[in-house]
Amino acid sequence: MIQAAQAPTVLTGSHFMNGDIACAEGALAAGCTFFAGYPITPSTEVMEHLARRLPETGGRFIQMEDELASMNCILGAAWAGKRSMTATSGPGFSLMQENIGLGMLTETPCVVVNVMRGGPSTGLPTLIGQADVMQAKWGSHGDYEAIAYVPSSPQEMFDLTVKAFNAAEIYRQPVFVLGDEAVGHLTERVVIPEASAIQRLERRRPAFAPGEGRIYEVANGDIAPPMPIAGEGYAIHMTGLTHDTRGYPVTSAEVHDALVRRLRDKIQLNADKIMEWEEYRLDDAGVCVISFGSSARSARHAINIARESGLSAGLMRLITVWPFPGAEIARLSDRVRAFVVAEANLGQIATQVERFTSRPVIGVHHGGGEMLRPDQILAAIREVA
Amino acid sequence: MAPAEQTVASHPLDELLRADRLPHIWCPGCGLGPIMNCYVQAMAASAIPINQHVVVSGIGCTGRVPGYIKIDSFHTTHGRSIPFATGLKLANPELEVTVFSGDGDLFAIGGNHILHATRRNLDLNIICVNNFNYGMTGGQLGPTTPKGARTSTTPQGNPEDALNLVALMGSLGAVYVARWSALHVRQLEQSMARAFQKKGLTFIEVLAPCPTGFGRPNELGEGLDEMHLYQEECIVDDHADLRDCGIDLRSHKPLVLGNFIDIERATYGEWET
Repeated sequence: MIQAAQAPTVLTGSHFMNGDIACAEGALAAGCTFFAGYPITPSTEVMEHLARRLPETGGRFIQMEDELASMNCILGAAWAGKRSMTATSGPGFSLMQENIGLGMLTETPCVVVNVMRGGPSTGLPTLIGQADVMQAKWGSHGDYEAIAYVPSSPQEMFDLTVKAFNAAEIYRQPVFVLGDEAVGHLTERVVIPEASAIQRLERRRPAFAPGEGRIYEVANGDIAPPMPIAGEGYAIHMTGLTHDTRGYPVTSAEVHDALVRRLRDKIQLNADKIMEWEEYRLDDAGVCVISFGSSARSARHAINIARESGLSAGLMRLITVWPFPGAEIARLSDRVRAFVVAEANLGQIATQVERFTSRPVIGVHHGGGEMLRPDQILAAIREVA
Repeated sequence: MAPAEQTVASHPLDELLRADRLPHIWCPGCGLGPIMNCYVQAMAASAIPINQHVVVSGIGCTGRVPGYIKIDSFHTTHGRSIPFATGLKLANPELEVTVFSGDGDLFAIGGNHILHATRRNLDLNIICVNNFNYGMTGGQLGPTTPKGARTSTTPQGNPEDALNLVALMGSLGAVYVARWSALHVRQLEQSMARAFQKKGLTFIEVLAPCPTGFGRPNELGEGLDEMHLYQEECIVDDHADLRDCGIDLRSHKPLVLGNFIDIERATYGEWET
């Protein structure tokens, strides 16, 4: 049997590491003790790193036979009380959609990392893409709300993975980290704080004794129901069928509608607490560039060049794409002339932006395979500045 | 007294059943009731505390079994019970995890998972209720439907060969392989008790009448008629050559039952140092 050594779970200090490894270390720092996955470029380093680090810190790691199994395996581990994670890329993310839906309906906390590459299908396995944004929102069937973080540096691969674990506990659902190949494979400085400085929200447990309450009952003021763990005597019934507050299957339009609305509302009504973005030179800008992930690095450079030539452009760098900060874009519309949306896909965020503004929205798009270049974004700024 | 008025107020196993969910959804003549009863009896008699027993299923008629058992029970997606159970078991090895699902769920859509879980020799119990068709969706072709049999998607007869589940599981290295029917409740309960004791992946196939989906189009009669067929045509041979143990209920060849395999093999994560 593999003996669990006691290596530190939080590697406090300043490191030079790539985004995938930073993501894996972020998971450990957040208290992840279970990983199931299937190798796929460009996310494999997350898995390889955890294959070594989880056993040495007392956690469990398993390589599954495919991504369908990986996703379901982490749901099972979550119901046994673990903070669990998987990591993949586009083709694997497609296979995971089935059981992401199960996680949404059964309210199972876990983290799914998708280091995006060029798609559809096998696409460009080794090169960057940012085209899974809409898949993260709508990939599984039915109505549900996604939470998706979009790191733009190895440091954020660490920081946002920690946040994703905490969001999964608060909102009780699978939470996504959408990295991209450039950020996953980029090696930079990553500063890991002291363990005591890393926020770790514990899973909320039922306040009632086994047999004395309903496991899916949401108390007034609560965001999601507290979660029982297998083996404690709660006689949990978890089902992917529409269920009542006991967890029992119910075939009823009324119960279904109420359940789906509750799942939607727990995210929508708390969107302000989840959404994050960073503003750069935006205060006095006439043109707002919206970007995320590795593309935001090029956008920042383009804005600096634009400013040097007297063009007043600023950046709204998305840190979460879901929930989408539509209200903020509507507010920005009162003071900017136009938006430029820079993304390595053919317009997934641009069409979202268009929903919230009547200002011109200029897309700087690329199907994937290379990072957007600053000059491409600068040309779009010049067009509307 | 009319039959409808003969319902009893309680059942000796009510403590282990979700009595508030009964009556169940299964058709008259279905084999699932006695099979579920065997599982609950075996669980109650086992030395393992009830709170450590966990049952996981996929989709289908058998997939509904966990919903009626008052222990931690997980009704997952179609074919995915085994990976979910893998996560539960690895995350908490104290749990006694049983997968209870149908032949289509475990061997068609979930075929890849059973292959690899068995190869890994995870400490899981798999109970596969084989009714030779997809019952929940109304009697379609399944991976165990015999060649030539009629289903709603093979109205001219099934052109495919059927899987021989016990031979397959034996070849994959399952540490315990047995086959019983919904009629052989004592042997089935004993098999389940043995599975709870075993370390490693155990497999029990249970033949079950599906008069609605499979019995009717194949002229096997009602559920009771199929139980008579088991009574007349089943033989018990623990030492049978599993390669010869394929099943066609219409053939009037002996249906071979037994505790075929009971071996030891290092489980997942165990190796010689």
